[in-house]
Amino acid sequence: MAEWVEACAVDDVDEEDVIRFDHGGRTFAIYRSPDDRFFATDGFCTHEKAHLADGLVMDEIIECPKHNGRFNYKTGQAKGAPVCVNLKTYAVKVAAGKVMIEID
Amino acid sequence: MATTAKTKRDYSLVGESTRRAIETGLASAEWYHTDVSRKTMKELMQRSDGPAIRDTIIWIAAILGSAAGIIWFWGTWWVVPFLVVYGVLYGSSSDSRWHECGHGTAFRTRWMNDVVYQIASFMVMRNPVTWRWSHARHHTDTIIVGRDAEIAVMRPPDLLKAGLAFTGILDFRYSLPALVRQALGRLSDDEKSYVPEMEQAKAVTAARWHVAIYVATIALAIALRSWLPLALIGLPRLYGTWHMVMTGLLQHIGLADNVVDHRLNTRTVYMNPISRFIYWNMNYHVEHHMFPMVPYHALPRLHELIKHDLPVANPSIWHAYREVWPVLLRQLRYEDYYLKRELPPTARPYREEFHGVDMSAAAE
Ligand code: FES
Repeated sequence: MAEWVEACAVDDVDEEDVIRFDHGGRTFAIYRSPDDRFFATDGFCTHEKAHLADGLVMDEIIECPKHNGRFNYKTGQAKGAPVCVNLKTYAVKVAAGKVMIEID
Repeated sequence: MATTAKTKRDYSLVGESTRRAIETGLASAEWYHTDVSRKTMKELMQRSDGPAIRDTIIWIAAILGSAAGIIWFWGTWWVVPFLVVYGVLYGSSSDSRWHECGHGTAFRTRWMNDVVYQIASFMVMRNPVTWRWSHARHHTDTIIVGRDAEIAVMRPPDLLKAGLAFTGILDFRYSLPALVRQALGRLSDDEKSYVPEMEQAKAVTAARWHVAIYVATIALAIALRSWLPLALIGLPRLYGTWHMVMTGLLQHIGLADNVVDHRLNTRTVYMNPISRFIYWNMNYHVEHHMFPMVPYHALPRLHELIKHDLPVANPSIWHAYREVWPVLLRQLRYEDYYLKRELPPTARPYREEFHGVDMSAAAE
């Protein structure tokens, strides 16, 4: 069943950046876009096991630190080789200065 | 020091060494990284179009200028200096453009990376699809025998082959037939091991485009009864490839294999500004492997930042070859022998038990 989980405080993530959030044996990536909105995806790249939180956020793109594969972190869409499989995204809401993500 | 050769390396990507690398956890392993704060790394990773646009304008101008010189002076001895310049730009600098744009780090704008990547792939005679994947594998499993598709000099070293590489003959011997094979729709087992199925058709299409351009060039040369079209397209990969080989071989040659620390298996070499332009700063190769997100123009800054944790860089290309030559000779008899890069006292030590290397075979 889906549940809302507190991932971090709003201030934990810089604008146009990403942090890692681990919960229940899983790892997620929490993004703050340049227009100050929050997004969440699976934490590992779909190509190999690399933490996207070590990557680079540019506009709405997260670039993986291992082979520079790119995803749109808002939609999870893989943008071409070496990433071919889309990234799972999660619903996000901000409440009382906290970033919450909905985990199934 | 080394005694006897214990290991027979199997460089196929679907063989005994592959099985062993997967079994022992060497494949897709966690690699050593020097500590760099997230804030600093973010600054270093930042992309901009400016430096690569500037360099690409110079690059294209130099290519077109030297090509014009070749056409103008064709049939006279004056053509030679233009061939030398054009050859290196076509046959060598294409490698670094292919590399940087393949990583997508040269330009901030994606399509600019893609356009230069496609052009450079053609010049350097590489299938843009298969090589993108082989290079991803090279970064995952750098110099892991049985996994890395881009090990330039295997052990024991084939010195004749390494020497011939400077002439580009081997690329004509291997790359061209590979392109033709791929254009006919056939990928090798090794290629299939690193190119995902959904990408294999693209590899065939790309190979067909490359072959079509070569066929058109040959047809033009026959129609004109002149070698000129081939001197401009295709043959520079023969006569201009030496700089790519001279710089590229140094990346890993003679160093440890089957380790998960780029400080042990990769080399940084200080180079002159012209070579660095041709090579797009890939002489900072340890830095590049440790942090492939950092664009070429930021590598010197990264080097300054982490050099306390890296082996001392070779001061010149000449120095690096002088250092590695005796190691190669020794490897002819003892293939386990290699050059162990010394760390400065400020560096975090190698975790030898973790790397699983037999240090008894190392030259200090
Ligand atoms: S692991 Fe992310 S692109 Fe390869």
